[in-house]
Amino acid sequence: MNVTLLDRKPEPGRQAEIIDKRFTGFIDCDVHPFVRQSSEEFDPFLSERWREHRRTIGARARQGLSKATNYPRMSPGNGQRMDAWPAGGGFPGSDLPTMQAQLLDLFDVAHGLLAPLVGGAAAERNVEFGAAMAAATNEWQLARWCIPDPRLKASVQINIEYEDAAIAEIEKRAKDRRFAQVNIPPRGLEPLGRRRYWPILRACADADFPVSLHLGGTNGHPSTGGGWPSFYHEEHPSYVQTMQTLVTSLVCEGVFEQIPNLKIVLVEGGFAWLPALAWRLDKHWKRLRAEVPHLRKAPSEYIREHIWVTTQPIEEPERPQDMLSTLEWIGVERVMFSTDYPHWDQDDPRFAFKVALPETWRQRIFVDNARALYRLD
Amino acid sequence: MEPVPPSPMQPIDCDIHPALPGTRALLPYLDDYWREHILRRGLEADNLELSAFPANAELNSRPDWRPARGLPGSDYDLLRGHVLEPFQSRFAICNVLHGAQAMFSEDLSAALCRAINRWVAAEWLDRDPRLRASIVVPPHSADLAAEEIERCAPDKRFVQVLMLELTELPLGRRQNWPIYAAAERHGLPVGVHAGSSFRHPPSGLGWPSYYLEDYVSFAPGFAAVLNSLVTEGVFVKFPKLKVVLIESGVTWLPAYLWRIDKTWRGVRAETPWVDRLPSEIIREHVRLTIQPFDAPPEQSQVQTLIEQIGCDEMLLFSTDYPHWHFDGGAAVPAGLPPDLIRKILIDNPLATYPRLS
Repeated sequence: MNVTLLDRKPEPGRQAEIIDKRFTGFIDCDVHPFVRQSSEEFDPFLSERWREHRRTIGARARQGLSKATNYPRMSPGNGQRMDAWPAGGGFPGSDLPTMQAQLLDLFDVAHGLLAPLVGGAAAERNVEFGAAMAAATNEWQLARWCIPDPRLKASVQINIEYEDAAIAEIEKRAKDRRFAQVNIPPRGLEPLGRRRYWPILRACADADFPVSLHLGGTNGHPSTGGGWPSFYHEEHPSYVQTMQTLVTSLVCEGVFEQIPNLKIVLVEGGFAWLPALAWRLDKHWKRLRAEVPHLRKAPSEYIREHIWVTTQPIEEPERPQDMLSTLEWIGVERVMFSTDYPHWDQDDPRFAFKVALPETWRQRIFVDNARALYRLD
Repeated sequence: MEPVPPSPMQPIDCDIHPALPGTRALLPYLDDYWREHILRRGLEADNLELSAFPANAELNSRPDWRPARGLPGSDYDLLRGHVLEPFQSRFAICNVLHGAQAMFSEDLSAALCRAINRWVAAEWLDRDPRLRASIVVPPHSADLAAEEIERCAPDKRFVQVLMLELTELPLGRRQNWPIYAAAERHGLPVGVHAGSSFRHPPSGLGWPSYYLEDYVSFAPGFAAVLNSLVTEGVFVKFPKLKVVLIESGVTWLPAYLWRIDKTWRGVRAETPWVDRLPSEIIREHVRLTIQPFDAPPEQSQVQTLIEQIGCDEMLLFSTDYPHWHFDGGAAVPAGLPPDLIRKILIDNPLATYPRLS
């Protein structure tokens, strides 16, 4: 989301627009592909049993509304960028030529990491159906996106509550370089560091897949520790609190001792909160370390080694230069640029940072960090 | 233990925790019906401690503040020797943390809170003119909470209303507004203390395994509290209300303010009564006690964070006795400028708690 008033033409001719080279050629760590109209689009990748189930019962998540999200967004299509509706019809993010014109070609994006928010695989209560939808969504990413435009990299979808199927799916995609990572919904039934999830996390690490935790959705628990908020105005920043709980859980459970090559990417949860969380964890770990003897070093060290963050929705410190100290405190090598196309609050690479980044930092954040993490090119 | 340096400033300690030695101690302060009720159910044998603060965890019981027997914080003479004398506190505000606030029966919760308030007045406030107290209220019953505020308000030694941070409803929800109306009417800030009634998971991700996680996650919980208070319009409806975040940690605040301001810019059409930046509202209405501070490793980082907080009126001195966040007398984090220290120790508490003047 860019909220600075910009001195630019109201309707720039997109193709003709000259983009400063500093803001092209980056790796976009958060791109959302959608279906054109409905989940029927997954049918070619489902067995007859699950096609029938999709038609009759359909997706069932842990919430009161059957299709709409708990907190309606502020723009049509569940919070899409208003100009991203394809001219030829269909949903924003559903038309590759539009995505190319607005993102991939416009900025000469080197790679875009797909984060499908469709299919309902992750949140599905019927875990067999969830696993079937996950597998279908993985095939769909290849057929609809990665094969037509190889710059796009798929993310393995799973239903984390069906361990055998999840591990099988991760192993199936392990050698396929068109998949870059495994998506796990950050809001699971239990904090992700709990032992019941270790086999799946281990499978991700064994397959050399980073785990990306992309914000959104609901697990049926109130989205705060003190109950359900009333407004999207509260739900949106509560994603940050979800990320904090995730990091706390992964660190305190000793996941990084158990699975030393596990790499975690926090997507769309902001990042300026991370230093203060690390200080707080370190401080109280000193008092309570007898409770967690499996931790062999300070929490901040695990964070520094195992956690990556993506930039959107980027922080906007009141004093823009505070962005620089924030990046320094996190570690510039752990921050990766993302747009979140085509969402309403997406970041434009030209305007996201309100302060000039040192050139070496810019290169790392826009390109090198993601290239190294995902072993791209 | 390092000696505590003499403090000519006579600070105001905004968070100390006298501990109820057991429910039995409340018997003289219960109404007849509730005394019999509690005896019949055998509740006097239990002290109904909150699980949010296990008394023997090192975090909650500084080694040199631990009594030879009984619960940390339960002995007045020790409290005097541990903090009132060494810090030469002008005032110290007693925040009783107790399971009364977690009982499911609203009636039992209210009865226990009422007894606790009578107990703290008789056994602590009457003993030392430096002591003040927060009114413990049943947080899940706004009407009964407001009644208790009305009952206690005439005693000016009650300077604040005490709520738990995490309850069934986000604190800003309109069902809670009778509490804020009563607090504002009587010039009582609402103190929101770390902790949860734990009848719901302490995070949006369900139940974590370790107490360390619960404790660390109280800070994100406070962020949710602020989201709720600001967004629901509590400070629009009650413009004179002050809210004090107690034992919340401090250093998470600047990044939080950036986030909530950004959200507001994007989605403020949803809540048009929030007619200015949330950070502005929070700096005007919200205060934080300084223990724990959760300081970064470098003093220069502390200075940067203080600049980012951007308001010298927000922080209030506290020892959080008997919880263990600092050693000796180092209750104020290193790296703060002297003018700010003076404000934290005295001016800000006086401005926050009108009943202290």
